[in-house]
Amino acid sequence: METIRPASVADLAAAIASAQGAGTTLALTGGGSKRALGRPVDAAATLDLSAFSGIVDYQPSELVLTARAATPMAEIADALAGAHQILAFEPPDLGRLYGRKPGGGTLGGALAANLAGPRRVKSGAARDHFLGFSGVSGRGEIFKGGAKVVKNVTGYDLPKLMAGSFGTLAAFDTVTVKVMPAPAEVLTILIGGNDAHAAIRHLAWALNSPCEVSGAAYLPAELTCHSSVHLVRGCGTGVAAIRLEGTANSVAARARALATDSSLWRYELPSELSRTLWAEIRDVVDILPYPASAVWRVSVPPTAGPDVVDAARAAAASAQDVAAYYDWGGGLVWLATAPGGDSGAAAIRAAVARCGGHATLVRAPDAVRALVPVFEPLAGPLAALAARVKAAFDPARILNRGRMVAEPGP
Amino acid sequence: MKMPAPDEAVLSRRMQIVADLRRIVPGEGVIDAEEERRAYECDALSAYRQLPMVVVLPSTTAQVAAVLRYCHENRVRVVPRGAGTSLSGGALPLADGVLLGMGKFNRILDVDVANRCVVAQPGVTNLGITNAVQHLGYYYAPDPSSQIACTIGGNVAENSGGVHCLKYGLTTNNVLGVEFVTMEGEVLRLGGKHLDAGGYDMLGIVVGSEGLLGVVTEVTVRILRKPETARAVLIGFPSSEAGGECVAAVIGAGIIPGGMEMMDRPAIHAAEAFAKAGYPLDVEALLIVELDGPAGEVDELIQAVEGIARQHGATHVRISASEEERLLFWAGRKSAFPAIGRISPDYLCMDGTIPRGRLSEVLRRITQLSAEHRLRVANVFHAGDGNLHPLIMFDANDPDELTRAEAFGADILRTCVEVGGVLTGEHGVGIEKRDLMDTMFDDTDLALQLRLKCAFDAEGLLNPGKVFPVLHRCAELGRVIVRGGKLRFADLPRF
Repeated sequence: METIRPASVADLAAAIASAQGAGTTLALTGGGSKRALGRPVDAAATLDLSAFSGIVDYQPSELVLTARAATPMAEIADALAGAHQILAFEPPDLGRLYGRKPGGGTLGGALAANLAGPRRVKSGAARDHFLGFSGVSGRGEIFKGGAKVVKNVTGYDLPKLMAGSFGTLAAFDTVTVKVMPAPAEVLTILIGGNDAHAAIRHLAWALNSPCEVSGAAYLPAELTCHSSVHLVRGCGTGVAAIRLEGTANSVAARARALATDSSLWRYELPSELSRTLWAEIRDVVDILPYPASAVWRVSVPPTAGPDVVDAARAAAASAQDVAAYYDWGGGLVWLATAPGGDSGAAAIRAAVARCGGHATLVRAPDAVRALVPVFEPLAGPLAALAARVKAAFDPARILNRGRMVAEPGP
Repeated sequence: MKMPAPDEAVLSRRMQIVADLRRIVPGEGVIDAEEERRAYECDALSAYRQLPMVVVLPSTTAQVAAVLRYCHENRVRVVPRGAGTSLSGGALPLADGVLLGMGKFNRILDVDVANRCVVAQPGVTNLGITNAVQHLGYYYAPDPSSQIACTIGGNVAENSGGVHCLKYGLTTNNVLGVEFVTMEGEVLRLGGKHLDAGGYDMLGIVVGSEGLLGVVTEVTVRILRKPETARAVLIGFPSSEAGGECVAAVIGAGIIPGGMEMMDRPAIHAAEAFAKAGYPLDVEALLIVELDGPAGEVDELIQAVEGIARQHGATHVRISASEEERLLFWAGRKSAFPAIGRISPDYLCMDGTIPRGRLSEVLRRITQLSAEHRLRVANVFHAGDGNLHPLIMFDANDPDELTRAEAFGADILRTCVEVGGVLTGEHGVGIEKRDLMDTMFDDTDLALQLRLKCAFDAEGLLNPGKVFPVLHRCAELGRVIVRGGKLRFADLPRF
């Protein structure tokens, strides 16, 4: 397959305009780390955006960073660390989940996939930190959306639409994100227990406290053994994990405020071990180390999380075929299922339909992802609206055709 | 202000349209009498007035859908309206349009503490949401200054902010879902009690769309636990430069205050005369920094802020010793608008956002412009997020003053864009900044946004005349330029 690697935004616009004229479908790629996320794209050419790399402007006191879209996340993280700042949406590194090396992701990719880590419950997702961009539409037009300041309501909030559009609407040139101060200390309260419903009530109790909890996850007993954190690995039960971040005194005071019944198994993890545990929860693959399984990411009302898992288990050939853990206080369920058939799609999506939410088939063999909708299928009028929105930016449907929904040929 | 020319064909059918609408919304839900329609002729941007053709006050989603379907079929324009508190003219009626008032949608539908959210009808006030959950210890974070009157539906339309946005986000970061009716009368659900979208983030585009994409009939918002404590510190500086540097240093130290507000000398004096908040009058800039959260952390951070303030030459530092004193600090700032109203017959409130580092430069430019336009100005500033509210004082009875005030405001907003900022941080474009959109966006940028509008409302019937200077017909925007069947630019690197 032909690869086009534009060196400037003018080249990029010319390449997309030409492709539109010729009806040439393009597969967009930055670092390529999330190529297996979404439906398999059947494109005539690869549009390699890796030349659009480098930080353009970063002023820590403005809480804003502008970079070319294919800037590696590692470069972004290094620059931010130098000023004790972070991307508060805590983007996962999904590289190893796809059997690749870690550190291959780009900033533009994280935004295009609307990634979000455990801090989603407190600080939002990529969408909430994506302030502005310049890029090229499927018509080959150079355009921009949003701006480079943290507060802006001028015109439609196009960065929101671009977040989670997986390169199907435009190719980014530069992107601007909001950045936040890095917390000085991290502490994690671990509470043992084997009942998912009870654990989620515990997480809700913490999230509903004034203690500014920045992570709330539950790992059941069959998965705690996979953590590299010995307290978690060796506890022998499921573990609810509650994260507190801030200054040392504040974190300690809040941990005291979240006192639990003394009959419960409870430990407090210090900063370094906390960071390790939450990176494992964020990146998925350490907790669900089953390279052959299908992996689902399900967003539902927090109290409904266990119902989705129960439904997936009930439909599986054997309950052991399904492994699952919870983030976002129960609102984000990561499920590993057997990769055959529909990988559990019918049961999971039926459960999601009952409570509201969406299920994404994050990892599965190409053949499965070509047949099972990877993203939550939309109902009639909403599907039609999404198609019209796609057409507004890319009428010839040349950008990542089929990545999000099955699309017929030209 | 040029609005779309009224459609004579629609006006000539007015009686028939009113009768048809009465069949959809019976009883007092359709307002035809001129003196009653008069109540809807403007929003809070009261310099612009227009009597609507008819006012419709539906009370169910089915009625909203039926009204929109009818208007779509009959090519009748529609202007949605919440409480009418828009400062940008977002709810200004059209002479040939239906004014769709959402005031009857005033019920809280569900308080779901376990999932930390509230489901409300769009006519519930912003404060009404907090009132529904505060006995449980929760609140709804975005707090526009009009929060006792403005509705959550209006907040969704405008993506409203408030003094706490830096830490807690705008409306868009706090809305989980909406029920939404398109101009064709289709009822859609976007989002819900879960987080984020499974496909395109339509909710993200609907929030802040200023009533141009559809009508919101139900809103699900995230609620937060009330912080354990909040304390404020009042800091006076001999120059606005010193104040601006202090703001940057606080953020540079890794502190994100719940609120960080700045006022210049004219605003300080007006507010003090009005509210007797105990503000120092011998300073050029006054900063209110509020820290909220766990008590121990707030104590720690407030000391850090005090230290930073003194390093930056603060001449006046006072930390609130009680909840009464904290509220008193805010009383002055929160009454800045009425305080200006007392010393000037009228004022225009501007709403640009700038990179914080450019504050002194922009304030100097505003002072120059004040002299050039011969009008007084006072500045209040959401300093944490760079959102500037210059209040331009004038007398609307003098047509020349109104013209100069508008020109002054436009010059301020152009300055904001020139330094890398934007036309509006939280009030919306509406009609007020509509004709300045081209200072921020070029024709291609605007065409893309208009094509998005067309994807939702192909006939351009919803709130036309707002946000965009010229509404092209969708068909014109849709033309695809075919550049022949060959790849151009063959010299591009390919491998």
